[in-house]
Amino acid sequence: MSHLKSLDELEKIRQRALQETRVRQSGQKTQVVVGMGTCGIAAGARETMAAILAELGKRNLTEVMVTQTGCIGLCDREPLVDVIKPGQAKVTYARVDAEKARMIVAQHIINDQVIGEWAIATR
Amino acid sequence: MRELALHILDLLQNSAEAGALRVELGVEEDPENDILRISVGDDGRGMDEATVRRVLDPFYTTRKTRHVGLGLPLLAAAARRCGGKVEIESAPGVGTKVSADFRRSNIDRAPLGDLPQTLAIFLAGHPGLRLVYRHRVGPRDLTFDSDEVSARLGAVGFDHPLVADWVKGYLSEGLLNLQKG
Ligand SMILES: Nc1ncnc2c1ncn2[C@@H]1O[C@H](COP(=O)(O)OP(=O)(O)O)[C@@H](O)[C@H]1O
Ligand SMILES: [Mg+2]
Repeated sequence: MSHLKSLDELEKIRQRALQETRVRQSGQKTQVVVGMGTCGIAAGARETMAAILAELGKRNLTEVMVTQTGCIGLCDREPLVDVIKPGQAKVTYARVDAEKARMIVAQHIINDQVIGEWAIATR
Repeated sequence: MRELALHILDLLQNSAEAGALRVELGVEEDPENDILRISVGDDGRGMDEATVRRVLDPFYTTRKTRHVGLGLPLLAAAARRCGGKVEIESAPGVGTKVSADFRRSNIDRAPLGDLPQTLAIFLAGHPGLRLVYRHRVGPRDLTFDSDEVSARLGAVGFDHPLVADWVKGYLSEGLLNLQKG
């Protein structure tokens, strides 16, 4: 098995990742939260989260923190994605598939433009 | 769910929501006895006996945001359809172990699905949680311990896109070797 060889690749990844973060100033992170309860999972939240991570990776955006949460009671609107930018109110997007997820990264996370059409009012 | 990997993700989420710091995922494929068993054990808050009895009932949940719990009843229904069953062992303050058996060859059994992607994503979303994954197919097995990866990554987390990609690739390769022997 090539296990040891593969684990060794982590050293290169670590160095690359640390270099990237040194370039950026260590301001507050943007937070992205993906709903990963049963309904979210059944509605495709795994693919949504994968798309977000891949898009952030492609654009070299490592100052974004992506986490998961359980059911928040809006099961028919899953997959749900929250975007919380430092100093701004939380925006919750509904029925976010992989395609929408990539758009949210490009428009909201990068260009600071909330996509009102897909956002829902919470609280 | 269309993949067993999605049921697994759901079980892992339950463990994380129960405050687990360490989660053990086992997948055992026993072609000789035609069994596929999934087990998720955690050191989370656990449940008392009465709760364990009720938890397979689709109208039970401890959450306040919804009146029905879905994950475990769905899994139990999927297992039953394939001539298997779900068992839950739990103790308050100690942890929980959920096991699901399936007849491996049953035509209603969902495919295992994209387990590498599933685990990469679970780890990305739960910094600080340790996942130990063991997968056995007949006499061969694979073990993945997220702590071994963390030890090499230092301050870099599983949510770094390069790391998530690495986890996916590493496990895909491991599973391929496991299946072909
Ligand atoms: N690993 C676990 N540890 C502790 N409690 C659990 C665990 N898994 C499930 N439970 C309890 O069982 C309930 C039902 O779980 P589930 O069927 O997955 O529905 P849901 O997670 O949507 O509530 C949960 O709300 C929780 O109280
Ligand atoms: Mg659940």
